[in-house]
Amino acid sequence: MDSAVIETEHRSMWTDVWRQFRKHKGALVGVFVFAFIIIAVFVGPPIHGVDPNAIDFKARNLSPEWAHPLGTDNIGHDTLAQMLAGGQVSLAVGLSAALIALILGTLIGVLAGFVKSLNGPLMRLTDVFLSLPLLPLLLVSIMLFRDTLRAAFGPETGIFLLIVGLIGVTSWMHTARIVRGDVLSIKEREFVTAAHSIGTRRHRIVFRHILPNILSPIMVSATLGIANAIITESALSFLGLGFPPDFPTWGRLLYDGTNFIQITPSRVIWPGVFIALTVLSVNYIGDGLRDALDPRLRGR
Amino acid sequence: MIQYIIRRLLAAIPTLLVISFVIFAILDLAPSDPTGNLPMTVPPEVREKIRISLGLDQPMYIRYYKWLVQFSVNEPLNILQHSFGVTIGDAENRTRILSWATRSPVIDLIVERTPQTLWVVGLSFLFGILMAIPIGIVQAYRQYSLFDQIGTFVAMLGFSVPTFFTGVVAIILFSVQLKWFPMIYDTTLEITSWDNFVLQIKQMIMPVTVLAFYQASQLSRFMRAAILDNLNLDYVRTARSKGRSENAVLMIHVLRNSLIPIVTLIALGIPTIFGGAIITEQIFRVNGLGQLLIIAIEGADIPTVQTLTFLFAILIVIFNLIADVLYGILDPRIRYD
Repeated sequence: MDSAVIETEHRSMWTDVWRQFRKHKGALVGVFVFAFIIIAVFVGPPIHGVDPNAIDFKARNLSPEWAHPLGTDNIGHDTLAQMLAGGQVSLAVGLSAALIALILGTLIGVLAGFVKSLNGPLMRLTDVFLSLPLLPLLLVSIMLFRDTLRAAFGPETGIFLLIVGLIGVTSWMHTARIVRGDVLSIKEREFVTAAHSIGTRRHRIVFRHILPNILSPIMVSATLGIANAIITESALSFLGLGFPPDFPTWGRLLYDGTNFIQITPSRVIWPGVFIALTVLSVNYIGDGLRDALDPRLRGR
Repeated sequence: MIQYIIRRLLAAIPTLLVISFVIFAILDLAPSDPTGNLPMTVPPEVREKIRISLGLDQPMYIRYYKWLVQFSVNEPLNILQHSFGVTIGDAENRTRILSWATRSPVIDLIVERTPQTLWVVGLSFLFGILMAIPIGIVQAYRQYSLFDQIGTFVAMLGFSVPTFFTGVVAIILFSVQLKWFPMIYDTTLEITSWDNFVLQIKQMIMPVTVLAFYQASQLSRFMRAAILDNLNLDYVRTARSKGRSENAVLMIHVLRNSLIPIVTLIALGIPTIFGGAIITEQIFRVNGLGQLLIIAIEGADIPTVQTLTFLFAILIVIFNLIADVLYGILDPRIRYD
């Protein structure tokens, strides 16, 4: 028995999840594409070194060339620089709106599932939100509060806060429903009863015992939330009620490009391709996560 | 079942009241002024009179009450009168919801624009369903085959790529480059001859295809999952073991059971496609309800926006109810009493 050290491979939940996740080809490609887009958008501008808002009337509607790899628009903006700057905003909107929706949805779901007296009212609230025609209301609210927030926080921060807040506040409902369902089933399990019986406080039970067990549905709906938020933001910008023209996002660039599709169709193609690639990769990541976090599939 | 429907309809009333109040209140907070677009030469007294004539001097709850009565009592009565050619009550003095922009009744604007939306949206939804169901069946039956993998990828592509991109790409390809279809939807076109009919079909192809592709990509995924759920159940084995042909097993036993959740999903999806139509109509310049809403929002025409938004909300609530009722009718295991 002296040298028989048994080499056991260290296996935690997360290595298992990663192992399963790697098997999903689409999800793996999705991770690489999404990472590439994030790096390009945040590292690209200093390398490219062109101001996205620089106007050069001599270089209008150019086809791609060395100085302007993606060409220029009708007033001489460099399309690549605008794409990168727009990507930063689009991704920031998508990530922060998804985060707000995630926090709201988890909070409401946990409260509704854990506190009996709140279950009814919170679920009615969720139903009302699900019955609201969201796109019209988003458009209306942007029109109403745009000027107020612009005055309060400045033109760029104001509209950013408004759009992020509105998308976040109108997309938490599905997360809340899923979380509530899972909390309801988990709080009846023996380990929660055991925790109760040794006098664990309620908030400790939520944070130590319930939340870790509902992490996987939360993560999946968070990834899908990012895709949803990016699409919503570009749809708003496409309808002309998103970000102002001097503050490019992918949706805004696409919207501006549609008036020039006969001269420079690439102005529409590039933003569209990047919206589509981002959303597609995020959806694939969500798909892979769902499989990887499902304990019935994992470890096979 | 009848009892359940009545109970649900009664329960929908408070929900709709809450929603109508939320919509009205949000829009009422608007710092918008219906006299803002008038020329500078209009003196303040006249502006004040215009505001009073629009009822803006009254407190908000009175305006809400009036709007609600106009929307839910007066306008339905007008529609009844119009369709049956009878006069009900004091028709002359019944007030209507007036648009601030055109000073005409909002309902008339909506009636004017509904056919265009219904044609484009309705047809695309129909084609979407007709594509999705057979594709979903084949995908599930030949799971992991090449067809299934391509189908899954195309479906993922279809609902990840927003319609405002596929639509614009379609315009670039088929209108700008190939010149097959017109770029702008001409709604004044009347079908009087064969040529006009062909033109109408031509201009409808792109918007309908773009929306139908988007719908089909979502539905085919659900269809595939529904068939897969059923394929391994005991009743399928029983059907096979008693010697029914593979075709009968799939098309009669499995398909009917798998369609239960799909029918519900279709019912739930109908109101959301009106929201999606806002974008499609903007791409192809169809003057339907979505465009009316955008114009009203940009022009701060509050009554039109309130009425349209509330109409969308009513559609959502009604189709939720229809979905639940259909589920009960189609699935005998579900009983609502």
